[in-house]
Amino acid sequence: MRMETGMSELISTLVATPRRHPLWAVALGAAAWALVYSQLEPLSFAVVGLMGLAPETRLAGAVQFFVYDTPKVLMLLTGVVFVMGVVHTFVSPERTRQLLSGRSSGVGNVLAASLGIVTPFCSCSAVPLFIGFLQAGVPLGVTFSFLIAAPMVNEIALGMLFALFGWRVALLYLGMGVLVAIVAGMVLGRLGLEGWVESWVIELRSRQHATVATGAAPTWSERVESGWNHVREIVGKVWIYIILGVALGAGIHGYVPEDFMASIMGSGAWWSVPAAVLLGIPMYTNAAGVIPIVEALLAKGAALGTALAFMMSVIALSAPEMIILRKVLKPQLIAAFVAIVATGILLVGLVFNHVL
Amino acid sequence: MKNVKVLGSGCNKCRVTIDTIRATAERLGVEIELEKVEDFARIAGYGVMATPSVVVDEVVVHTGSVPTAKSIEGWIA
Repeated sequence: MRMETGMSELISTLVATPRRHPLWAVALGAAAWALVYSQLEPLSFAVVGLMGLAPETRLAGAVQFFVYDTPKVLMLLTGVVFVMGVVHTFVSPERTRQLLSGRSSGVGNVLAASLGIVTPFCSCSAVPLFIGFLQAGVPLGVTFSFLIAAPMVNEIALGMLFALFGWRVALLYLGMGVLVAIVAGMVLGRLGLEGWVESWVIELRSRQHATVATGAAPTWSERVESGWNHVREIVGKVWIYIILGVALGAGIHGYVPEDFMASIMGSGAWWSVPAAVLLGIPMYTNAAGVIPIVEALLAKGAALGTALAFMMSVIALSAPEMIILRKVLKPQLIAAFVAIVATGILLVGLVFNHVL
Repeated sequence: MKNVKVLGSGCNKCRVTIDTIRATAERLGVEIELEKVEDFARIAGYGVMATPSVVVDEVVVHTGSVPTAKSIEGWIA
């Protein structure tokens, strides 16, 4: 009996301690994370040895790649997603709207595209967000900059690019994405397309928007918990794509000839970028699902600009999102939106392949 | 009897929110009037910018995620 109370007391202390000292718990977790991470490579060679595979063979190379890369990518993604989950508790859509309200073109677009990276966003909330921004006096073009950047430059895309291809490719994607969002938003704003927003939205705009009581600022314990929830939600959903992507990478690593794709998607073929963008528009998958494809393209000699343009087009422009936005935008505005964003992605991809 | 509205259109999290609220009410034996609001004009009328959101007796109490069972208890008990 006493044993039991002792046990349950111990368990409740163990559960309660991280809540009481959230920052210590995070520091401890980060240290454990770093320790495991540093041992991944020797561990993968040990596994290959245990399996009795002769080193230097293709099979051993593929197995080692898979055993090393899967936990590496999962751990890096977990880290990035956790940090973003905590960052999200600092930037609510309401706060972002407040920062963007009444901003002029240019400054507003830059700010909107940047805030799009860190504000929590789900494409199912695109419509209420769009209405909320317009109601608070955020200009249409600035709103579009946000709506382009938020789904395209997200932590899953950045985390996975970082984990699989390194920080240079991740930063490149971030820079290209933000640039497209800023310029496309400015062009859309300059065109003065307010008349193509559905009239019921404009009528709502004239009404005072209701304010939502947001309550007290969250405690650090709540912020950390939100980070964990984010990890559970995101990594719980995308782990299968990671394993798929890494397995594909491992297979390519060992077997398929290096320049298989180079002739059709290398930087030499001028039409490869437009083809990649057009192909990507109707396609719909989350950032995790498109990564295995990007990995295969890159490994087989596709140019980096082409592969990243394809990824942007798949994530930023999709049929389901257009159907959702159709509720607030007239078809003409949707067409203009798709055309301008696609052109932006196309230009970025071309410039990247040919100039840089 | 409290009136509870879940604002959100068709996303998976909105369905989970409705189910969690219904289950919590049943567990506590509290009768509530549960309503799903999918019309964007009405959703915008409450001033929320992220779904799912929860409205209890016309006051927005939660926005942007699936609420925990604990916070639901606080609203309806």
